[in-house]
Amino acid sequence: MSAIVSIRNLHKSFGPVPVLNGVSLDVQKGQMIAIIGRSGSGKSTLLRCLNGLERVDSGDISVCGHHIHLHDKLNLRQLRQQVGIVFQSYNLFPHVTVERNVTLALTTIKKLASAEAKKIAREVLTLVGLQDKKDAYPEQLSGGQQQRVAIARSLAMAPELMLFDEVTSALDPELTAEVLKVMEDLSRQGMTMVLVTHEMAFARKLADILVFMHQGKVWEIGPPDELFAHPKTPELAKFVSSDL
Amino acid sequence: MIAFSFLHVEYLLQAALWTVILSLVAFVGGGSLGFVIALGRVSPSPTLRRLSSAYIQVVQGIPLLVVLFITYFGLAIAGFSLSPLVAAGMSFAVYCAAFLGEIWRGCIEAVPKTQWEASACLGFNRFEQLQKVILPQAFKIAIPSTVGFMVQIVKNTSLASVIGFLDLSRAGQIINNSTFQPFTVFGCVALIYFCICYPLSALSKHYERKLHVSNR
Repeated sequence: MSAIVSIRNLHKSFGPVPVLNGVSLDVQKGQMIAIIGRSGSGKSTLLRCLNGLERVDSGDISVCGHHIHLHDKLNLRQLRQQVGIVFQSYNLFPHVTVERNVTLALTTIKKLASAEAKKIAREVLTLVGLQDKKDAYPEQLSGGQQQRVAIARSLAMAPELMLFDEVTSALDPELTAEVLKVMEDLSRQGMTMVLVTHEMAFARKLADILVFMHQGKVWEIGPPDELFAHPKTPELAKFVSSDL
Repeated sequence: MIAFSFLHVEYLLQAALWTVILSLVAFVGGGSLGFVIALGRVSPSPTLRRLSSAYIQVVQGIPLLVVLFITYFGLAIAGFSLSPLVAAGMSFAVYCAAFLGEIWRGCIEAVPKTQWEASACLGFNRFEQLQKVILPQAFKIAIPSTVGFMVQIVKNTSLASVIGFLDLSRAGQIINNSTFQPFTVFGCVALIYFCICYPLSALSKHYERKLHVSNR
């Protein structure tokens, strides 16, 4: 196994407010890492640092061979083709069809021919179970379907690492289930994934490593069952017990 | 006194053609410059942002009439003698660019920030983001306000008569001076203005509806 993400002593503040206070974390190829924690604990910021959406203040962070902390030398375009991200609010392009949402980056950035891009779109849309919706516009889909399209759009770029930022937080339980199913399939196929989530049951069942963040630090880290059953710190104990 | 006749209507229609020509120059010239100004306003470069913002503030602070005087009489004294059409065309382009630039900046900024973020995360550079994701969405938002402004401009072209430009309003005035039938003459003038402006509004509604289906 080789580390696809390696973070050492990462610091980041928004103005005077420190958000990440010396985070260190490794992600191995094929692993699913679930990050949990209270709002404001820095988990989303950490995730956004992984694809260069946020600039880091200090520390070393390397993702898929890119040194993210060296801002000036960073090839963001290359990095973002290797690292996909899915957001809570889907952020599909509303002015084009589902299929075009998926092919837009393929034809624009990877310069694929239209037919080739459409073939890939068909594959990834089949993967998320939405091949029959390819001609629909985002607004015609349910939240869960939109989120699955967002996942397909990221997958089309054939990333080595997928980031999920609270992707089910805006969905009702039924729609959450269909999105989690897609993520479970992905994980089984060996995709390396880092997710920030409030889906404790999902994290417990599928994550290889659970990370509990608190006050901008990795407060506890380990196999999910162990962390849930025997939290070492009162903060995690309280957090876990509040999730009934 | 001469009776209002078909010849007068023909004269009005000819003048209306000049009104249309001046309006087109204003849209095309002002639109092109305004597009550049709008992009400057949302540019990451502070210098470009400041320059385009200064342009908008200066031009918006000057009455169109004064812009017309400066380009026609001012430039003539400076040694550039322009025909009324060229002077009026330039003035309107300068004027429209400031307003369209500001209207379109608003439309570009009305596209949610998350669209910039989502496209950046797929690896789009700034140009590709604008071209493929942001501008197509801003375009739809821009239609009603842009057409509204265009209709205003068609009517404002009558101001160009102060520098000797023979437009529809001026032609109406000339005819009225000889026929003394203001109600008929200016009724005719109003009708022609309506015939120019109404299709614009109708076209806007049509496109809005068409784009609404595919993009909400």
